Amino acid sequence: MSEITLDTLKPGDLAKITKVRVKGHTRRKLFDMGMVAGSEIELIRKAPLGDPIEFRIKGYNLSIRKDEARQIFVHII
Amino acid sequence: MENNKIRVALAGNPNVGKTTLFNAITGSRQHVGNWPGVTVEKKSGTKIYKGYEIEIIDLPGTYSLTAYSMDEIVARDFIIEEKPDIVIQIVDASNLERNLYLTTQLMELQTEMIIALNMCDLALERGDKLYLDKMEEILAAPVVKTVASRNIGIEELLDKVIEEKNNEQYHGHEIGYGDEIEGMILEIEKVLIADQELADRYPLRWISIRLLEGDMNVMEKISKSPASVAINDLLDSIDQEEYEADIADKRYETINAIFPQLCTRCNVKLSKSDMIDRVLTNKYLGIPIFLALMWGAFELTFAFATPFTGMIEIGFTWLANIVADSLQPAWLASLIGDGIIGGVGAVLTFVPNIFILFFLLSLLEGSGYLSRAAFIMDRLMYKIGMHGKSFIPMLMGFGCNVPAIMATRSIEDEKDRLITILVVPFVSCGARLPIYILFAGTFFGRQAGTVVFMMYVLGIAVAVASAKLLRATLVKGKPAPFIMEMPPYRVPTLKTSLIHMWDNGAMYIKKAGSIILLGVVIIWLLASFPWGIEYGSEASYVGMIGHIFEPVMEPLGFDWKITVSLIFGFVAKEIVVASMGVLFGVGDNPEALTQSLIADPAITALSSLSLMVFSLLYMPCVATLGVIKKETGSWKWTLFALIYGVTIAWIIAFIVYQGGKLLGY
Repeated sequence: MSEITLDTLKPGDLAKITKVRVKGHTRRKLFDMGMVAGSEIELIRKAPLGDPIEFRIKGYNLSIRKDEARQIFVHII
Repeated sequence: MENNKIRVALAGNPNVGKTTLFNAITGSRQHVGNWPGVTVEKKSGTKIYKGYEIEIIDLPGTYSLTAYSMDEIVARDFIIEEKPDIVIQIVDASNLERNLYLTTQLMELQTEMIIALNMCDLALERGDKLYLDKMEEILAAPVVKTVASRNIGIEELLDKVIEEKNNEQYHGHEIGYGDEIEGMILEIEKVLIADQELADRYPLRWISIRLLEGDMNVMEKISKSPASVAINDLLDSIDQEEYEADIADKRYETINAIFPQLCTRCNVKLSKSDMIDRVLTNKYLGIPIFLALMWGAFELTFAFATPFTGMIEIGFTWLANIVADSLQPAWLASLIGDGIIGGVGAVLTFVPNIFILFFLLSLLEGSGYLSRAAFIMDRLMYKIGMHGKSFIPMLMGFGCNVPAIMATRSIEDEKDRLITILVVPFVSCGARLPIYILFAGTFFGRQAGTVVFMMYVLGIAVAVASAKLLRATLVKGKPAPFIMEMPPYRVPTLKTSLIHMWDNGAMYIKKAGSIILLGVVIIWLLASFPWGIEYGSEASYVGMIGHIFEPVMEPLGFDWKITVSLIFGFVAKEIVVASMGVLFGVGDNPEALTQSLIADPAITALSSLSLMVFSLLYMPCVATLGVIKKETGSWKWTLFALIYGVTIAWIIAFIVYQGGKLLGY
């Protein structure tokens, strides 16, 4: 299974997080919000201007910027 | 020790109905203030119930208790330092997984806990099944079902509070982190236990886990302990980033393992919220709908506020006249009439706008749309060095800068918030419009509308440029990351919105009011002395100041009279117009004022344009400065806002006036 980054998903794509490469403070926050390895994540939609992106994870909706999404690795399931 | 007093802290994620539950318990018996030393809002209230005096402290809503934000530090410090008798965690029944993450952290603080399973109705409605007995058993804490918005379950919750208070025995449950991490936790605990004082104060297991996660705030707590050297050696030997990830993993793993025993969720593919969002955050419709909603909010604000503002103005003018006619000596009548009553009037004319804007803001927040607004605007804001959350406060600035600056409280990151506070004053508020209308109307005839519009555009441009400038100089760094929950849409509760409106309005009157009054009295003194002169005339101190500054203002096309009215504008910008009436000796007769402006050779179309630019930018009015001081907690930044504003205004007005002259106007 090939690893891709979270920002390359399309609306409706379901994936599983494999690695969070974000550094520092933001890393902590992402963990707290459920962005941990093994979590299932679905891309719901992109904002009208293309960024941020809204995901569904752990049963709720979370939006993050592409900058962070690019550093989160997933594989499609 | 008195046994009928119980201190209860409310903890919970944002958007789970925590404020609603707090209001449902305490009703109007609440107190709003700040946590010591920080600008995080602290709410507390008391409830007399079955002979007990229950004090409820509403902790900031947080997803976690790490040291990510000030909110999280405040919440956990209260629990570990102040040791409330009981912590109630409000859990959103329809979103158990993420809510339980906070539960796992609260458990580690070893505090008596009760779980209020809120919004059960929504979860049950969509077909979820919740197993309360199992939940109580696994979490080792009492669980009460509540629907705070309809006052359901409140008494049961309070009964449980009393029961737990009288139940001496502590029961708790802990998460296991696996052999490797547990081994490290044990080693750290062994070192820490040598420090008796520390061991008495904090749960050592919690300290150990926090240290493994690299928590700087906890590191500081133990920095004075003799154990800290040995701890640092231990921590140096591990890959902290790995531990951080593993610990978070383990918490969610545990939740995953217990979750299926607590509830069965019926998987609705497309919820109501999703359907609403398909329209409201649609690629093409999202932005137009957003703008239309904001426009509507402003129309509503002005439609409701204008009659009240008018009544306040009329009322205070009437009162001031009575005082002027009946009080002796004349200086006392002037102090009370022009100074105090005029000043209080100026403070109060903002109140209708503030109340209504906060009411609408609270509706937007309660409905869940506020997060969408930030989602829609973030891309644009990010480009100018700001956060999506800064957009709404800036927009509110068009109504009145005061509530706009108060609304920046929703921005967690200190730098993002500071920048927003500093640039909001350039957004042209409603009080500046009378100045534009007078001068554009007098000198620009059919182009008046365009000129007024250009003022608004200029205000935005200066705000954007200032944000970029501040990011590059004094407030360095990138905007905070955008990591935001998009809560399901809900019908906001009227009670919560009304309380929110009242709290903020009252806070403005109390806190900003005193600074405003001070400003007003200073202006009155300057306008009334030396002894025996006519109020605000050329011979007064304010007139003298006008003359002193005339050489500085002359390159902008202003004579002493305009300078004086600009000084008066410090109280509130619309006063610029009124004080010109006084200086030209025409009172509040707009027709006569227009005539004397045209007749005055010192005022031309170009200098009036320069004056409009200067009035737009020159300094936040005294009410705005009052809230800047209050919200930044710093005289330094308040002074900066003032000096920066005047400097920018001078430079741009200079360019307009001198440039215009060069072009032959």
